[in-house]
Amino acid sequence: MNRRLSLFNVTSLVIGFAFLYLPILLLMIYSFNASRLVTVWGGFSTQWYGALFRNEALMEAAWVTVRIALLSATLATILGTLAALALTRYGRFPGRTLFTGMVYAPMVMPEVITGLSLLLFFVAIDLDRGFWTITLAHTTLTMCFVTVVVQSRLMTFDRSLEEAAMDLGAPPLRTFFSVTLPLIAPSIVAGFLLAFTLSMDDLVIASFNAGPGATTLPIKIYSQVRLGLSPEVNAASTILIGIVTLGVIGATLLSKCSVLRSRRNAH
Amino acid sequence: MVERSLPRRLTAGLVPAIPYLWLGGLFLVPFLIVLKISLSDAAVAQPPYKPVFEWGDITGFFGALDFENFELLTQDDLYFRATLSSVRIAAVSTLLLLLVGFPIAYGMARAPERYRSLLVALVILPFWTSFLIRIYAWVAILKPEGLLTQALTGMGLISQPLDILNTETAVFIGIVYAYLPFMVLPLYATLEKMDDTLLEAALDLGSPPWRSFWTITVPLAMPGIVAGSLLCFIPAVGEFVIPDLLGGSETLMIGRQLWSEFFSNRDWPLASAVAILLLIILVVPIVIYRDVEARRVEARP
Repeated sequence: MNRRLSLFNVTSLVIGFAFLYLPILLLMIYSFNASRLVTVWGGFSTQWYGALFRNEALMEAAWVTVRIALLSATLATILGTLAALALTRYGRFPGRTLFTGMVYAPMVMPEVITGLSLLLFFVAIDLDRGFWTITLAHTTLTMCFVTVVVQSRLMTFDRSLEEAAMDLGAPPLRTFFSVTLPLIAPSIVAGFLLAFTLSMDDLVIASFNAGPGATTLPIKIYSQVRLGLSPEVNAASTILIGIVTLGVIGATLLSKCSVLRSRRNAH
Repeated sequence: MVERSLPRRLTAGLVPAIPYLWLGGLFLVPFLIVLKISLSDAAVAQPPYKPVFEWGDITGFFGALDFENFELLTQDDLYFRATLSSVRIAAVSTLLLLLVGFPIAYGMARAPERYRSLLVALVILPFWTSFLIRIYAWVAILKPEGLLTQALTGMGLISQPLDILNTETAVFIGIVYAYLPFMVLPLYATLEKMDDTLLEAALDLGSPPWRSFWTITVPLAMPGIVAGSLLCFIPAVGEFVIPDLLGGSETLMIGRQLWSEFFSNRDWPLASAVAILLLIILVVPIVIYRDVEARRVEARP
């Protein structure tokens, strides 16, 4: 492939990436602004970070959000991996079409509908709204994303390894844990990280399913933003962006390592 | 995985059964409840609403249905206008996304091989930062006294503050910004696989570049164009956060209508009816999207 980058290509890339990154960078820069006004620069200061850590309601919400994200991402990873195995290793089982539909539907369904339908369901079965309802809702939404990530990995790798293990007399479970699982591990980790981020980030579904007992960080941020701009929100956002960036870099390195290792093993 | 012994068969059957039951219980059943409540009386279903489920009494469940809520939707032209304006805003945004996204995806596909995965990572990274925060960032930029006005006044380009926030323009900017990765990635995937020899042949035969673009590049990129457009259009129709934070009070969108019906007016049956209406609008694009995706997955080498 001999391709040349024209001036037009370079320009569109530069403008495109500037458009993607400038707003986020501005937000981060203004979190170190000494002035209370978000759009007026008043010198460098880290005071908003201090204010943030002293803001107990916000810290409490952050802690709840992290707990929900950890729990729902764990459940979603288990369920999503099982669903991916069902779709790739089970051929045509009864009800497969409905199953595929249910896996793909929550991903394109507008969040307002998913949020509302789950809430009405929880009210119908008399489950109090709060920590658990948000966790169940997030698990349902994010497991579908895990399924897609793990499924694409299961479809591309070499089935002969699994077959060899079975021919040598390994029972299916043993084959799964000693052959399949190590091979798809990076995609499972990626799926978990994706589920965790989606849960941390969700406002709409959490709003429908939150109760007096539990408020998440996005709900808190949203109610503050509606009242106007606040430097504390900038500070909270910057911390979140920092955590996510580190996580993505970590995940990238992890998958690079595993690719290298599998290449080495192949030779 | 064909097993002969019964206990083995049972454990093997658990693999599809567990996620199946979960999705059935927490996705399909709730959905049927929305359908049911949208067809029930406001009086019965007012919060603290207690739908009495007599399990097994299916006739009771589907009895006493009425279309009153849907009649309400047709009587008040607010919903009709919200539907139209949601579809219009989503369609215009999708078109803008194509115009903005295509050059970026094209540039990525033309970049040297060793940089491509880095560029893909750079497109995905903003998607990992909170959606709410990315929209919030634009509030500070678009405010009348905000950063954009300051920058342009500083350059001497404008003398009056820009009044973009709380207009439809701001909603377009927000949707284009938030959904750009969804448009760029499918486009890039098809453009990267494109066979360059066709373009070279056209060039040798004396075709001007713009003509090669329209007759070769665009038709070949069609699967990516369709997938990216639907991937942006479908959620944009039901978008709530962007019109709420960037749009004015007169920006009508159906997702926002559902939200206010539920949270402000506390009319759950009407909110359910709006949800069903939104689904009816989206059912055709969703089905088309599923078919396009299935074909795209099969077409992979």
